[in-house]
Amino acid sequence: MSAAGRPGAGWWLLILPAFLLLVVFYLAPIVQVLAISVTEPEFGLENYERLLTSSAVQRVIFTTLRICIITTALALLLGYAIAYAITLASPRARGWWILAVLVPLWISVLVRAFAWVTLLRRQGLVNNTLMEAGLIGEPLPLVWNEFGIVVGMVHYMVPFAVLPMLSSMREIDPRLLAAARGLGASRGEVFRRVFLPLSLPGVIASGVLVFIFSLGFYITPAILGGGKTLMVAEWISLQILDLIRWGLGTMMATVLVVAILVTLAVFSRIVDLRRIFGAGA
Amino acid sequence: MDGAYRPGPFGRGLAWATALYLVLPILIVVPVALTDQRYLSLPEDGLSLRHFETVLASPEWLGSIWQSFTIAVAATMLSVTAGTLCAIGCWRISRRATEFVRVLMLLPLIIPSIVYAIGLYRYFGPLGLLDRFLGVVLAHGVTGIPYVVITVSTALAAFDPRLEQAARGMGASLSQTLRWVILPRIAPGIFSGAIFAFIHSWDELVMVLFIASRDVFTLPRRIWDGINENLDPAMAAVAVLLILFTLLLLMADRALRRRSEG
Repeated sequence: MSAAGRPGAGWWLLILPAFLLLVVFYLAPIVQVLAISVTEPEFGLENYERLLTSSAVQRVIFTTLRICIITTALALLLGYAIAYAITLASPRARGWWILAVLVPLWISVLVRAFAWVTLLRRQGLVNNTLMEAGLIGEPLPLVWNEFGIVVGMVHYMVPFAVLPMLSSMREIDPRLLAAARGLGASRGEVFRRVFLPLSLPGVIASGVLVFIFSLGFYITPAILGGGKTLMVAEWISLQILDLIRWGLGTMMATVLVVAILVTLAVFSRIVDLRRIFGAGA
Repeated sequence: MDGAYRPGPFGRGLAWATALYLVLPILIVVPVALTDQRYLSLPEDGLSLRHFETVLASPEWLGSIWQSFTIAVAATMLSVTAGTLCAIGCWRISRRATEFVRVLMLLPLIIPSIVYAIGLYRYFGPLGLLDRFLGVVLAHGVTGIPYVVITVSTALAAFDPRLEQAARGMGASLSQTLRWVILPRIAPGIFSGAIFAFIHSWDELVMVLFIASRDVFTLPRRIWDGINENLDPAMAAVAVLLILFTLLLLMADRALRRRSEG
């Protein structure tokens, strides 16, 4: 950089407002509340002992992990199919495919949870239709359980899974696929031995993104779980708003944040994290 | 890549099924909102707009819509101002020196809002910001900054830094350079960021559940109560209005981008 182009203090001043806002009104509240986990009810690691001793705490963690792993796997599978279709679509069809991904992404999560409730509840549209068709005698339990949570969460996560995979698939030279076909590979072989390996970095990036978003997800699991299947975020809210057990609630919040940061740290060795968060929009 | 290689029947089928899974459940709220029945159902004897009338004549719903709107506008102004300046500063200063700021900017996207929400609940109490317009604007505005930083940074990546150096070299001050050279070039990026920041605040529920209670009762909060307490077709009408509003914003964004691309 030439001497004339050296940025002066003025440029640093531009960063200052955002920096101060984030430190004072974002970082400080979080650090302060996480510190409560070792100070309430009294100073020490008492709250963290519950991780080893309380079966309720362990159950919440295992439920959350199970739902997150299932959600991530399904969102990756469905997202991959969409990203694959977009990559190979004609330019005109591509616009429509992208619309089908982006529109749900921006529609309120509450609206989507509400739509799932109308569809899946006992007297919901799915159960009514199946009953009238005589396919089932009794309404199926489709919501207010783990099944409902997974349906709603996968619906929310698929667009997030598509975007990083799409950006990595677009870097694949389409001539490679045509060449492999020309050299006699079957369609399945082209996919397995050329396309899939080349798209793998995107799959991993998507997987990390969906998994960490799922871990702390609150609204959809709370509505579609109906208070019976608790995931970590809802459990934290319950501890703090209803039971006023700040120590336990903040302990779980700390565990949640640490789990997310560790996941990111582990995978940042394998994939470029900018690929995950730069791919939005 | 015209016609060279297309997905096979399995891939195509799964992609179609997924697209339907993404879109159809959202569309189902449209017929439900138009039902002529008193309860949540498909229309039986005809279409009716009465549930839209219920919503648009209800002071509670209108009050919440207005409150959400003013909060989102104020929060967007905060996010756009701070985010745009920050993106420009980071773009001009070397990457390594601003690494810390860049990581800080990612945190609101990574850390679940439930964690931030309980933090604010505790932090805003002594400051007297609980259940206040200003408190919610600050919370939404601060967490909206990353969206603006991302879109503006993308716009800046396509901007030739020599233009800025030329302007400075010819004697323009920092504020003149910003106003006359940089900002006009990145306006579409700023606008996109504003739309995302607006939707972020407009839809935000988790923080509001903790830091607002009576005086500030935003639209997502009212929908949340509605889903948990009484599922009636008026909720579907609200959902339809929200979907239309979101589509409108996205179309505005697309149109503006297309115009700026030529």
